[in-house]
Amino acid sequence: MNRSGRPQRIITHVFLILFTAMVLFPVAKVFQIAFQDRQSFDMRLSVLPDLDHLTLDNFSHVVGRSKTEGFGAEEKQTWVFGHQLFNSLVVSLATTLLGVFFATSAAYAFSRFRFPGRRAGLLGFLVIQMFPGTMMMIPLYILMDHLGLLDRLLGLILVYSTTAIPFCVWMLKGYFDTIPKELEESALIDGASRLRIFWSIMLPLARPAIAVTALFSFMTAWNEYILAQTFMTEEIATTLPVMLNGFVSKTTVEWGHFAAGAILVSIPVMALFFVLQRHLVAGLTAGSVKG
Amino acid sequence: MAEVTLKGVTKRYGNVIAVKDVDLQIGDGEFLVLVGPSGCGKSTTLRMVAGLEEISAGDLFIDGRRVNDMHPKDRDIAMVFQSYALYPHMSVRQNMSFGLKMRGIKKAEIEKRVGEAADILGLDDLLARKPKELSGGQRQRVAMGRAIVRKPKVFLFDEPLSNLDAKLRVQMRAEIARLHRRLDATILYVTHDQVEAMTLADRIAVMADGLSQQVGAPLEVFEHPVNRFVAGFIGSPAMNFLPVQLDDAGKLNGNGFCLTLGEQQAELVRGKSGPMELGLRPNHLRLDPAGQIQATVEVVEPLGAETFLRLRQADTILTVRLSAQQEIKAGQELRLHLDLQFAHLFDGKSGQTLF
Ligand SMILES: Nc1ncnc2c1ncn2[C@@H]1O[C@H](COP(=O)(O)OP(=O)(O)OP(=O)(O)O)[C@@H](O)[C@H]1O
Ligand SMILES: [Mg+2]
Repeated sequence: MNRSGRPQRIITHVFLILFTAMVLFPVAKVFQIAFQDRQSFDMRLSVLPDLDHLTLDNFSHVVGRSKTEGFGAEEKQTWVFGHQLFNSLVVSLATTLLGVFFATSAAYAFSRFRFPGRRAGLLGFLVIQMFPGTMMMIPLYILMDHLGLLDRLLGLILVYSTTAIPFCVWMLKGYFDTIPKELEESALIDGASRLRIFWSIMLPLARPAIAVTALFSFMTAWNEYILAQTFMTEEIATTLPVMLNGFVSKTTVEWGHFAAGAILVSIPVMALFFVLQRHLVAGLTAGSVKG
Repeated sequence: MAEVTLKGVTKRYGNVIAVKDVDLQIGDGEFLVLVGPSGCGKSTTLRMVAGLEEISAGDLFIDGRRVNDMHPKDRDIAMVFQSYALYPHMSVRQNMSFGLKMRGIKKAEIEKRVGEAADILGLDDLLARKPKELSGGQRQRVAMGRAIVRKPKVFLFDEPLSNLDAKLRVQMRAEIARLHRRLDATILYVTHDQVEAMTLADRIAVMADGLSQQVGAPLEVFEHPVNRFVAGFIGSPAMNFLPVQLDDAGKLNGNGFCLTLGEQQAELVRGKSGPMELGLRPNHLRLDPAGQIQATVEVVEPLGAETFLRLRQADTILTVRLSAQQEIKAGQELRLHLDLQFAHLFDGKSGQTLF
């Protein structure tokens, strides 16, 4: 890198800056729109905020979304945003827990035991991965309807975890495979049970992979829109992505609300990423085997 | 402490027979070394004793109890792996306590035993460190510490020194010998390094191709190998082998030489004939202008205190050990005297020792 000539370095950097700008432009644009008091989308290249029109109204509108039901004494205020936020959190966290729990245990079995159906199982998971969730929408809808899970968070949780688990199993199995077998044998001789080995040896060592799995499961649930829209018929039963779509109608798009909502919705994902980031370290098994 | 007995122990992997019909008895407090070339089934044997591999046939007894189907944790053994297999996310102290904790031993007792083991192995200052912060030798010591604290009936070692450099290996070898005297433990130790085997063992068991070839005290195996394989494997540098034909007159005819056997030796092979191999250790060949065979020097290896010569005689390479330094150059023709009274004779086909 240092040895390449000056012109070449300049060209490289021009390209890098150009691409960075291209990637960051939409993000910056969203921020610009979110903090301004118009609901229109302008085609200006500038992403600098227009100081005369600076406002937080878009955010308060999104967060404050409620609806009124009934009349007179029976009138009831429902905080729609609150419900949707709660739904999103519950669904995503539950999906993460279920996903990580089932994926780690399944991946451990796939990695360490030889049982009938192991290859078929692994292959099955791989094939399932290839079908987009939307393709299964109608069969899933019928299934959910029969089980009485429409409009219920449990329904979404089940659907999301089953879509997230195959990828997680593959990812974790690959990681478990790299953990030396001798560690487990050593623990076995030390008197640890299988469960104990799984808990005290394998899980701590697989931390990076588990962090990735958790993030993946969370995002699968948090970002999903189509199934949530389909299975949840009541507005207060839906999740935040569905709310975002609500700002877009056939005739108009409330760009300001939409942008503010998008920013709000991405905050938890970023927060989770920062929390999990410190687990994403390489070389956890260093020092265990070989001199 | 305990006895370990293997009776006809066999391990099959599909069609591959890794260990075949091994009989072995390890006495109480005995240090038995299982030695053999790579792939001969040493690790597999050890792992069967540990309970990490199922035994395909035969019986395994520890302390008189048949333990074929007993879970590893109930066999009361400790094992040191070639790769050490330290728990990388635990400190040295946690590594050593893990086995005790699993067995529900009281905290105070764990502290005490870890302290003792750390003392013996010189690990006191390292207890808080993680394995990745240790040198190879220190990791090796932690692996041993983890075994010692358990105070098991039997210790199993699988090539514990093979990842160390030569100097450290010598040092740890001495340490293991000291440890054995101190703990008075029953030890089954696997290695492919015959020097380790000779120096550490009360008895050694030589394995080849899944079969136990000979079991005995190191010097006994060295001096009275039961077959050509054991003779060639034990001893460093290895024994020299010369192909010969035994004729009816009791003479050994080689390629370009003819040797007459002493009366006693001739008596031992009376009535036998055919292709055979004459075995002589490098220190039983001497440079002698009146020697029985002639050979060409190929390589001179001066090691300071002693010198090894590699010579070619017909199709065979011979090693000669010289205790003093001598002016010898590659390409030189020399005559060698063979000290036949120390020689061994092996059947050409079966490899069995004739004397
Ligand atoms: N899981 C297995 N499946 C099939 N064959 C195996 C298996 N494990 C070992 N073997 C075979 O069994 C034989 C003995 O292996 P083992 O590991 O006991 O050798 P070793 O004496 O310990 O060798 P080394 O000194 O190289 O460690 C080898 O030929 C090996 O290929
Ligand atoms: Mg081995």
